[in-house]
Amino acid sequence: MDELVIARSLFGMTMGVHIIYATLGVGLPLMVLVAELMYQKTKDKDYAIMATRWTKGFAVLLGVAIPTGTIAGVQLSLLWPGFMEAVGRVIALPFQIEIYAFFLEALFMSIYVYASDRLSPIMRIVSVTLVAIGASASAILITNVHAFEGTPAGFDIVDGKFVNVDPWEAFFNPSFIVTAGHVTVSALMTGAFVIASIAAYKMIRLKKGNTREYKFHHKALMMGLAIGGIFSLLTSLNGHESAQQLHAYQPEKLAAAEGLFETQTHAPLAIGGFTDKEEREVKWAIEIPWALSYLADDSFETEVLGLEEFPEDEWPPLFVHTLFNSMVAIGSLLILLSIVGFVWYRVLKKGSFPRWLMWAFISAGPFSMLAIEFGWIFACTGRQPWVIYHVMKTEDAVTTSGNIGLLFVLFLIIYIILMISTVLVLRYYFKKNPVAREIDQ
Amino acid sequence: MSEALYAITLIWGIVFIYAVMATIDFGAGFWSMIYLNKNNTKATSIANRYLSPSWEVTNVFIVAIVVALFSFFPGATFTLGTVLLIPGSLIILFLAIRSAFLVFSHSATEKYKKILSIISGITGFLIPALLIAVLPITQGGFITPTEGAGQLDIGALFTSFNVYAYMAFAISSTLFLSSLLLADYSNVAGDSEAYTIYRRDAILVGPISLVMAALIVLTIRTEAQWLFENLLDYTPWLIGSVVTFFIGYIALFIPRKKGTGIPRLAMISVVIQYLLASYAYGSAHLPYIVYPDVTIETGFTNPATFRALIITYIVAFFILTPGFIYFWRLFLKDKRYLKQNES
Ligand code: HDD
Ligand code: HEM
Ligand code: HEM
Repeated sequence: MDELVIARSLFGMTMGVHIIYATLGVGLPLMVLVAELMYQKTKDKDYAIMATRWTKGFAVLLGVAIPTGTIAGVQLSLLWPGFMEAVGRVIALPFQIEIYAFFLEALFMSIYVYASDRLSPIMRIVSVTLVAIGASASAILITNVHAFEGTPAGFDIVDGKFVNVDPWEAFFNPSFIVTAGHVTVSALMTGAFVIASIAAYKMIRLKKGNTREYKFHHKALMMGLAIGGIFSLLTSLNGHESAQQLHAYQPEKLAAAEGLFETQTHAPLAIGGFTDKEEREVKWAIEIPWALSYLADDSFETEVLGLEEFPEDEWPPLFVHTLFNSMVAIGSLLILLSIVGFVWYRVLKKGSFPRWLMWAFISAGPFSMLAIEFGWIFACTGRQPWVIYHVMKTEDAVTTSGNIGLLFVLFLIIYIILMISTVLVLRYYFKKNPVAREIDQ
Repeated sequence: MSEALYAITLIWGIVFIYAVMATIDFGAGFWSMIYLNKNNTKATSIANRYLSPSWEVTNVFIVAIVVALFSFFPGATFTLGTVLLIPGSLIILFLAIRSAFLVFSHSATEKYKKILSIISGITGFLIPALLIAVLPITQGGFITPTEGAGQLDIGALFTSFNVYAYMAFAISSTLFLSSLLLADYSNVAGDSEAYTIYRRDAILVGPISLVMAALIVLTIRTEAQWLFENLLDYTPWLIGSVVTFFIGYIALFIPRKKGTGIPRLAMISVVIQYLLASYAYGSAHLPYIVYPDVTIETGFTNPATFRALIITYIVAFFILTPGFIYFWRLFLKDKRYLKQNES
C-alpha cells in the first residue's frame, strides 16, 4: 500500500484513540468542579462522593490520555516532518503555550488527587478549577493548530519559503475562535452525557426507586442532563457558525459536506443519503429547498459554491457528507432528549423516568462520543488533499523513511491493549469500591 | 550571544531538567518493582509515593523538548523527524505502556498489580536506553544520505560501541540517581530501613555509572573524532564533574548521629556532576544539531516567531513558578505526606 495512506491511517488511528480520552479529560473536570461546588452549597455528602469517584475515573483515563497525547505530539514530527517544519516557522505558539497548560493541569491534578486530604475546601476548589482550565486550554490550543490548517494566516510564501511571518496573526487565524469554541463545548457536553449515561445505567440495574444509592445516581443523572443539555445547545449554535465559516473560507469542504455539485443560489439542504460521484447527486436524501443558502449566510439569495468549481483532484472525499449528517443528527437528537427529560421531570413533575427514556439517556454518552469522532474525521478528511489548506499538500508533508506498515501494526496492538485495560481497570475499581459502601460511611 | 544560541541553551536546560527528573522517575519505577515482593520493607511504598504525583509533571517535559525543538529549530525537524521515525516510535510505544500501566497498577487487583508493576518497571529502564541513543545519532555516522533527509542506518547503530556505552550509561545513571533521591526521600521520611536499602544501591551503581561515562568519552574518540576534539576544550568541566562525583560518593559514608551518610549532600553534588558533564557535552556539540548537515544557524526559526516564543516563556515562568513551589512543598517537603502509611 501507498506509504501516504499508511501514514494517514496511523496518525488518524492515534488521534482517534487520543480524542476519546482527551475529550473526557476536558469534560470530566467540569463535572467534578460542579459537584464540588454543589457540595459546598448544599453540604449533601453525595456530591462530595461524586467528586471523588469521578476524579478517580478521570485519573485512570489520564493514564491513557497523556501517553496517547505524547504519541500524537511526537508522531506529528515523525510522520509529517514537512508539515511540522512549516508549523515551527509559523504556528509554533499554540504548541508552546499548550505546554504551559499541560504543566498547569499536571501540577494541580496531582495536588488535587494526592494531597486532597491536606487541602482546605477553598484550595480544593481552586485546584479543580485550575485542572479544568488547564484541560480546556490544552484542547483550545491544539485546536488552534487545527484551525490554522484550515484557514492559514500570518505569512507569505515567496519561492517556496515562508516569509513575513507574523506568529500572532497566525495564532488568531480566521476560524480559531469558532473552531476552538466548538471543540470545547462539544467536549463539555460529552463529559456530562457520559456521566448521565453511567448514572442511568446504574439506576436501571438497581430497579427499586427509593434506596440511598438510587437517589445518589438520580442526582448524578440530573446533573449530567442539565449540563449536557446546556452544552449541546451551545454546540449546535456554534456548529452553525462553523458551517458558515466553511462557506466563507473552505467552500469545497462545505460543498462536499452537503453533496452539492452545482453552484447555485437558493441551494437545497440534503439530509441523509449517499453522495454519488458518477451521477453527481446525493441519492436517497431528503431535500429541504433553499435551506442550505439560508444556513450558509442567513439569506436565501446566498450563492453556495458547488464542487464543479474545483478541479476534481482537489475534491475532498465525498463520504464526509455522511459524517457531517451523523454529527448534526446526534447533536440535534441530544438537545431534544435533554428537553424531553426536563419537561418530564420539571413541567410534568413525574417522579421517575420511564424505561424507554432511561435507555435513551444511557445511549447519550456513547452517541456524543461518536459525534466527536465523526466531527474530527469530517474536519480532517474534509480538508484533504491539503494538510495546510491551499498551501501544502498532505503528500508533500509525509515522511520519506518507509517502514510505516510495521509501526502501524505495533501501535494498533498497543491501542487495543490500552483500551481494553482501561475498561477492565475502571470496572474492577468501581466494583471493589461500590457507591453503596461509600454512602454508608 | 546570537538568538540561536539563546534558543539552544534554553533547550539544553529543558533537556537537562528532563534527564534528571526522568532518570529518577524511571528508576523509581524500577526500584518499586524490585522491592515489590519484600513485604517487610517499605522501599516500594517510598518509591511509589515519589512516583505517583510526579510522573505526569515529568512527562510534560519530554513533550516540552519536542515542541521546543521544532519551534526553535524547524530546519532540524525535517532531518530529526525522518531519521528518528523508528527509534522515536519505539520510545513513545514504551512510554505509553509504562505510563498507562503505572497508573493502572494503582487501581488493579493484587493479582495484576504485580505484572503491571513489572511491565512498567522494565519498560522504565528500556526507555532511557533508547532515549539516549538519540545523542550518538546526532553525532553523525549513522545517517545514510538520500535525496530527502537521509536514512537511519539501524545496522550501524546496533554495532557501534559508542551507542552501547551510551545505553549502559543511561541505565546505570537511571539507577544511580534514583536510588540517591529515594535514599534522601526515605531519610526525610525517617524510614531508616528503606534508607539503608537505597543507600546500598547507590553505593553499588555509582561507580558503574562513572566507568560508563568514561567509556562514552573513549568511544567518542574513535567514532566521532570531531566531538572528541571539541570536548578536550572543556576538560576542566569534565574534571569538575568527576570531582563532584567523588564528593557525592564520599558523602554517603560520612557518619552522623543516626546512621551513616548525608544523602542530601550526595544528591546535590551528583546533580552538579551531571550538570557540569552535560554542559561540556552540549558545548562541544555546537554548532551542530545533527552533524554535519544541520547547525543551530541553518535550522533556526523565524526571528518573529523566536521573539514571540520567548515572551510566552517569560510569562509562563512567572505564572507557573508558584505552582511548582506549591507542588514541591506538598510532596517533597511535607512530612505528613512522606510519613503517611501506604495508601
Ligand atoms: C459532541 C460532539 C459534537 C456535536 C454534537 C456536534 N459537533 Fe460539530 N464537531 C465536533 C463535535 C460535535 C468536533 C469534534 O469538536 C469538531 C471536529 C473538529 C472541530 O473543529 O470540531 C466538529 C467540527 C464541525 C464542523 C467542521 C469545522 C471545520 O471543519 O473547521 C462543522 C461545520 C460542525 N462541526 C458543525 C456542527 C453542527 C451544525 C452541529 C449541530 C448540531 C454539530 N457540529 C454538532
Ligand atoms: C494533533 C492534535 C493533538 C496533539 C498533538 C496532542 C498532544 C497531547 C499531548 C502531548 C498530551 C500529553 C500532555 C502531558 O504530557 O501531560 C495531551 C494530553 C491531552 N490532550 Fe491532546 N493533543 C491533541 C489533540 C487534542 C484535542 C483535540 C483535545 C481536546 C478535545 C486534547 C485534549 C487533551 C487533554 C485534555 C489531555 C490530557 C490532560 C493534559 O495533560 O492536559 N488534545 N495531548
Ligand atoms: C490540531 C491538531 C491536528 C493536527 C495538526 C492534525 C493534523 C493532521 C494531519 C497532518 C493528518 C494527516 C493528513 C491528513 O489526512 O489530514 C490528519 C489526519 C487525521 N486527523 Fe487530524 N490533526 C489535528 C487534530 C485532529 C484530532 C484531534 C483528531 C481527532 C481524532 C483528528 C483526526 C484525524 C483523523 C481521523 C485523520 C485521518 C483521516 C485522514 O486520513 O484524513 N485530527 N490530521
